[in-house]
Amino acid sequence: MFQWRSEVVFVGVLRGLALLSGLIVLLILFFLLQESLSFLQTIGFLRFFKDPAWHPVSREYNLLPMLWGSLLVTAGSVLLATPLGILSAVFCQYYAPAAIAQGYRRLIELLAGIPSVVYGFWGLVVLVPLIGRLHPPGPSLLAGILILSIMILPTIALVADASFTAVPPEYLRGAAALGLGRWATVSGVVLPAAKAGLMTGVILETGRAIGETMAVLMVCGNVVQVPESLFAPVRTLTANIALEMAYAVGNHRAALFVSGLVLMGLVVGLVAIAEVIHQEQIYD
Amino acid sequence: MQNSKVLLPFLFSVSVALAGQSCATRTTSMSSNPLQGKLVLTGSSTVAPLVAEIAKRYETQRSGVRIDVQSGGSSRGITDARQGVADIGMVSRSLKPEEKDLQAFEIAKDGVSLILNKNNPVSQLSDAQIVSLYTKKITNWKEVGGQDAPITVVNKAEGRSTLELFAQYFKLDTKAIKADVVIGENEQAIKTVAGNPNAIGYVSIGSAEFDAKNGGSVKLLPINGIAASTANVSNQTFPIARRLNLVTKTTPTGLTKDFIEFARSKAVTDIVKEQYFVSVAQ
Amino acid sequence: MTKLAVLNKVFPMRWRGSMETFMTLLIWSVACFVVGVLLWLLSDLIWHGMGQISWTFLTTAPQKAGRAGGIAPILVSTALIVGVCLATAIPLGVGTAILLVEFSPQHSLFGRLVRLSLEVLAGVPSIVFGLFGNAFFSKTLGLGFSILAGGLTLACMVLPILIRATQEGLRAVPNDYRRSAAALGLSRTATLWVLLLPAAMPGLSVGILLGLGRAIAETAALIFTSGSVDRMPESLLDSGRALSVHIFDLAMNISGGEANAYASALLLILSLMVINAIISGLAHWFRDSRIQVI
Repeated sequence: MFQWRSEVVFVGVLRGLALLSGLIVLLILFFLLQESLSFLQTIGFLRFFKDPAWHPVSREYNLLPMLWGSLLVTAGSVLLATPLGILSAVFCQYYAPAAIAQGYRRLIELLAGIPSVVYGFWGLVVLVPLIGRLHPPGPSLLAGILILSIMILPTIALVADASFTAVPPEYLRGAAALGLGRWATVSGVVLPAAKAGLMTGVILETGRAIGETMAVLMVCGNVVQVPESLFAPVRTLTANIALEMAYAVGNHRAALFVSGLVLMGLVVGLVAIAEVIHQEQIYD
Repeated sequence: MQNSKVLLPFLFSVSVALAGQSCATRTTSMSSNPLQGKLVLTGSSTVAPLVAEIAKRYETQRSGVRIDVQSGGSSRGITDARQGVADIGMVSRSLKPEEKDLQAFEIAKDGVSLILNKNNPVSQLSDAQIVSLYTKKITNWKEVGGQDAPITVVNKAEGRSTLELFAQYFKLDTKAIKADVVIGENEQAIKTVAGNPNAIGYVSIGSAEFDAKNGGSVKLLPINGIAASTANVSNQTFPIARRLNLVTKTTPTGLTKDFIEFARSKAVTDIVKEQYFVSVAQ
Repeated sequence: MTKLAVLNKVFPMRWRGSMETFMTLLIWSVACFVVGVLLWLLSDLIWHGMGQISWTFLTTAPQKAGRAGGIAPILVSTALIVGVCLATAIPLGVGTAILLVEFSPQHSLFGRLVRLSLEVLAGVPSIVFGLFGNAFFSKTLGLGFSILAGGLTLACMVLPILIRATQEGLRAVPNDYRRSAAALGLSRTATLWVLLLPAAMPGLSVGILLGLGRAIAETAALIFTSGSVDRMPESLLDSGRALSVHIFDLAMNISGGEANAYASALLLILSLMVINAIISGLAHWFRDSRIQVI
């Protein structure tokens, strides 16, 4: 009887913790809205997509080029980092000798911990001049994609690695018994079995790419425009906030909180996509 | 097995204890002596490093004083000083007419200078040429006597007082400036120009001079034939100059007054020079 | 095995051998590429930063806006910020994960809502956490620019990472364990302590590691919450400059701060290596000792 009661208390505490964790998002939304709502009501949401340009000091608030900037940088880096990350994890689990795999894992974990500022710093001093020599000016969409790819690679690699570990060893023994080669086992057995985990990894890395601020700010050039090529500079929504927040007052500040809201919208969209994929998997 | 049961509550209690202790120290630091306590300064990222150094020296000379310096932008310095979030705001320009409710105290002078990569053969540009460069009427260095290479225009992000000063001097509308790269802080502009032989940017003279004198790869362009240097800002011949101000909401008293006087005194002239600004101490 | 059938159709047997060789080569080169990039970055940092690091660098305060002097106060501030972050996030995160995996039916409304909100939280950009932390912890709760505000903001940020990893760890524990424990008459709470948590430790440690990595590396969320005062903090309510904010300031705002920026970055990475090693060691030790208890 006593044990049962302590379990109820325990679950109650857990429930409280979970509730708190769940409420954080609502708090964030509340504060973003609180800072921007009155401004939104006076000028309307459409202005953020119909204005001629982004000149908040002159009351022009077009966010569209920066939205494109964020989307392009994110898409590019996810496309580049996902195969590299998954193959990295495959390397760790199935190709490398144990000692090398362990060392490689440590390296990836290290990569995950390097601050974005350091990546940005390195990108600014090393990568950007290289790209500039290839095709001026240098700070560009491409620089952003490359730096971001390196940054989000550990996320997908570590998650993929963990989900490969969770693949039941019987599957592998079965594949071995069938005489399948390494890659055939990986592509035919492991990848499908770890699909859910890999999906999580992709969603996580996409989130990180959209949200990355400092490195992108340092290497992308920050010109408010829809880029015409890989070598054109772009400004992302996040870089916009970081660049102007400290200097913004009044409506300008509110406009930046609206960019925050748009970012939240992107994230919610991403989660919705993930949910749809997840549902389909259940009924697959 | 005991470990994890103990661990979580332990972490909790440590954080609570730390928080509690911090509250305790907080209350004791509020002393009745007017020249003790805490000052908060926020504002311009150009002024912040200078004031932080001044504050450190001030602290060593007055015990029981703590001065917190937060870097943001001039407009944040204005807002925070107005709202009372900060005791003193730092502003890297003169006050605008609508900001005259505040009181400004000049602590140093600074200029804004155009910078080129050291390897760029161009050594002089007229004001008209600079305007054409920044509005993309001239897009290749050979049009102004340089190599055949496209010009990379580095501009500052909107809201920066360096941009306002620059645009004001060249009578440019900030909307008319067409940039290839937009940067935030001074050093980012210097790094961008250092990494790109065809770039042109503008920064606080202090930062540029420091970099040029310490083996960096940028050079400062003269304006109207007057060399960009702190010396020329000091003798008031360099045309793009600005005041670095401390602003307060009301007439400063007590600790605030003492600190502002200290920051304007000769006791900090060496610090001002060390940061490549121009001292205004009498 | 439908996938295998497809595989057989797409790659007939005679191609398989070369496909295997090709993929082996590809995977090894990917690994070499990643290692190469990392070594490039690291060697650059070591080359420029190693000379600066010394005992004095670690134990003295910054001078001349960080161009000279050391980083002692910044190390202390960083440790405090990360400490506050983990002390808040670990209990919250582990508790939530346990509830979601062990005590909440797969399709309960509560569980689903919390899960969904965490998915969103995981994607919230750090700069938005900065906006939020500034508006909520610094302004509304009146913490101002302080280590506490910064740490709590970071806690919100790393929470989803921690929860997700702990969940993965718990889910990886075979259901047989739970059934055997139930058969032995262990309560679910007891099962959790002696069996599930130890078994989930590797997942949790990856979570802490990722969370710690993100917390230590974070700049955007801290600029507007814990601020940039580079002196020794006297309490959790003082503003403190985190190592990454210091690097950002030196790299972007201080001419001639580059050498110390490199050194600080190198130091940050070194400390991270140490933490990595400790945590993975801990995870193994933890699991081994638990299983002996049973």
